[in-house]
Amino acid sequence: MKLHHKLKTFKLGGVHPDDQKISAGVAITPLPLPKVVTIPVAQHIGAPAKIIVQRGDMVKTGQIIATHEGFVSSNIHASASGRIGVIEEVMDSSGFKHTAISIRVKGDDWYENIDLTETLVEEIKLDPKEIVARIMEAGVVGMGGAAFPSHVKLSVPEGKHVDHLLINGVECEPYLTADHRLMLERPKEIIVGIKILMKALGVEKAIIGIEDNKQDAIELFQQLLKNESGITVEALEVHYPQGGEKQLIQALLNREVPSGGLPADAGAIVHNVGTTYAIYQAVQKNKPLLERVVTVTGKSVKQPSNFLVRIGTPVIDLLIAAGGVPEDTGKIISGGPMMGKAIADLDVPVAKGTSGILLIPKDEASRAEVYNCLHCGKCIEACPMGLEPYHLLLMSKKGNSQRAKEEHILDCIECGSCSFVCPSNRPILDYIRLGKTQIRKQKKV
Amino acid sequence: MNPVILYTILSLTAIGIVAAVVIYFVSKKFAVQEDDRIGKVEEVLPSTNCGGCGQPGCHAFAKAVVEAGDLSSLHCPVGGNAVMKQVAEILGIKAVERDPYIAVVRCSGSFEHRKKTNVYDGTESCKIAAALYSGDTGCAYGCLGMADCVDVCDFEAMYMDEKTGLPVVIEDKCTACNACVKECPKGILELWPKGKKDQRVYIACLNEEKGSTARKECSVACSGCSKCFEACRYDAITMTNSLAVIDPEKCKLCMECVETCDVHNIITANVTPEKIQAANEQRLKREERARKKKEEEKLAAEAAKQNTHETPPQA
Repeated sequence: MKLHHKLKTFKLGGVHPDDQKISAGVAITPLPLPKVVTIPVAQHIGAPAKIIVQRGDMVKTGQIIATHEGFVSSNIHASASGRIGVIEEVMDSSGFKHTAISIRVKGDDWYENIDLTETLVEEIKLDPKEIVARIMEAGVVGMGGAAFPSHVKLSVPEGKHVDHLLINGVECEPYLTADHRLMLERPKEIIVGIKILMKALGVEKAIIGIEDNKQDAIELFQQLLKNESGITVEALEVHYPQGGEKQLIQALLNREVPSGGLPADAGAIVHNVGTTYAIYQAVQKNKPLLERVVTVTGKSVKQPSNFLVRIGTPVIDLLIAAGGVPEDTGKIISGGPMMGKAIADLDVPVAKGTSGILLIPKDEASRAEVYNCLHCGKCIEACPMGLEPYHLLLMSKKGNSQRAKEEHILDCIECGSCSFVCPSNRPILDYIRLGKTQIRKQKKV
Repeated sequence: MNPVILYTILSLTAIGIVAAVVIYFVSKKFAVQEDDRIGKVEEVLPSTNCGGCGQPGCHAFAKAVVEAGDLSSLHCPVGGNAVMKQVAEILGIKAVERDPYIAVVRCSGSFEHRKKTNVYDGTESCKIAAALYSGDTGCAYGCLGMADCVDVCDFEAMYMDEKTGLPVVIEDKCTACNACVKECPKGILELWPKGKKDQRVYIACLNEEKGSTARKECSVACSGCSKCFEACRYDAITMTNSLAVIDPEKCKLCMECVETCDVHNIITANVTPEKIQAANEQRLKREERARKKKEEEKLAAEAAKQNTHETPPQA
């Protein structure tokens, strides 16, 4: 019998959506190379990468095609070999048009010095500085969805002391199973990745946080880490949005990140398991980030799957491989059902931050009628950041950015718990997001 | 009479009188001295409190005008020159005349011209849709059609045309208060000089993409063909990122550019078709003359060349 009250979780707010992990039992299968890959140059938070190739150039798989511009930016690599096609603005999964490089794929000819064997390399030869440089070179970004450049996270600002590395294996979004499968199929690589990160940060303790609905992964890691000192596994209560950085720190360490602060202020650095695996490959195998695991799932999808996909593959290829688009589909979402975004075009390419493609049936996709606010306070109870969502909605709607800022609107992690619980179906998060953009615009001016 | 009622009336009257005296002296003692011109100016202002002047309301505007004592930087767009003249008279200063403005819709992407590529079912607000994605048609620059501008208009000067899905500005009612311009997340609405005899000409497109891409998204998009740019004699049209833009300050309203647009997306207001046709004919004649002149020059140059060829052997 599971004793839920014994499991750790974050304290404030949160919701419990139905977890629907349909594709959890499906092994990761590599998807064949598409005819054309379209690689956006802005796949990460920070400055878009600077293109260094031209139309007509021949590139090899793993070759850099756009370099990072500034520190908070990331390198972009060719995810297949072939000739560079048009470089133009295309719609990406953010819903906006951004510059992207297309490659007409010809074979799979890899760039030099990349180790493509499956052998596990355990010995870490590089020193901390070299590790960070290698991660930067390989263009690794946070693969949980936000796509924040990993080398920036590893460069802890001076004067801040980090004593814990937290590995995020929570995958709290319903439906998604990409991280779960990766933990089951590549646990040893992930453990080496954790050791690399510990060495880079100079920390002695690492904790892998995994939600209780992934018992097999928890047991597997417990068994593999029996003789390891410093790395532990912690089973967590199933509780959305536990995968949020600040929530995970609170759940595992019982520390709070101050408003406007960084996880380093609470003495912790959080990395996703997918990122940890990419870091293992970058450091030990010299393999840049050019592919990732993407879950394709939905209640009526014929073959819910976990695919290993090259960056830049159009979403339609994934859908075809999963048995096509069911007739009752109302929305196709990039990401999970809570934080994901509906895509407006099936040619949208898979990016570094694309964790899943979710097909929602029509009857579940449409929004219900909006009623007036009842002031019931359910959104306040659900908010994991301790904000007053109904109030922030009004502030944003009236364009009162000053007041919204005073009410800490910028602390919102956009998890959508408020909109999820609202009995009047109010578009709370929509307006909060609008308020945040208004403040950011004012900052720019 | 019942003594209770009598005493009540007497005591309440006494309290009332005492309170009135106290209030009278307090109001005299603590009276706020406000320039009485502020009240006079406020009386002539339109009292719409729209904020079009940049002040938070008509009273604030009156106060600002009285304090500044100068009208060069303050103007009530709703009242226009007539009201500003009255204000100047009250303050005894010189009135500054300004050309009246009007809001124009710089998008022609109606349902017919701009096909929907996806369905938006989120919150009915252009601002929210614009923060989420580029829009429900291929064009990322065009009107989203959820009427944020109409909702914000205090003067009922706008409505959504059901056939086209685009907002329409009612000329007589628009006061150029700037509210819709500020509201539109795509920047489609713009204040434009009302023009001589209320005549205006502008290009109703903001799409900066390459011509071929833009036309795929919208059949009336500006393709950046530069025909209007070449036709303009006053350098009033500029080309940036394959988009033509008319500068109203330089435009002389000659209307010669109107017919050059192959998708008829140079929009005119209060201009008779005859004038446009006449302007077009004039342009064609001018171009013809220029072409002939060029040909003649070419012929002359060739003749000169032949002459020079023939002369050397004799010399």
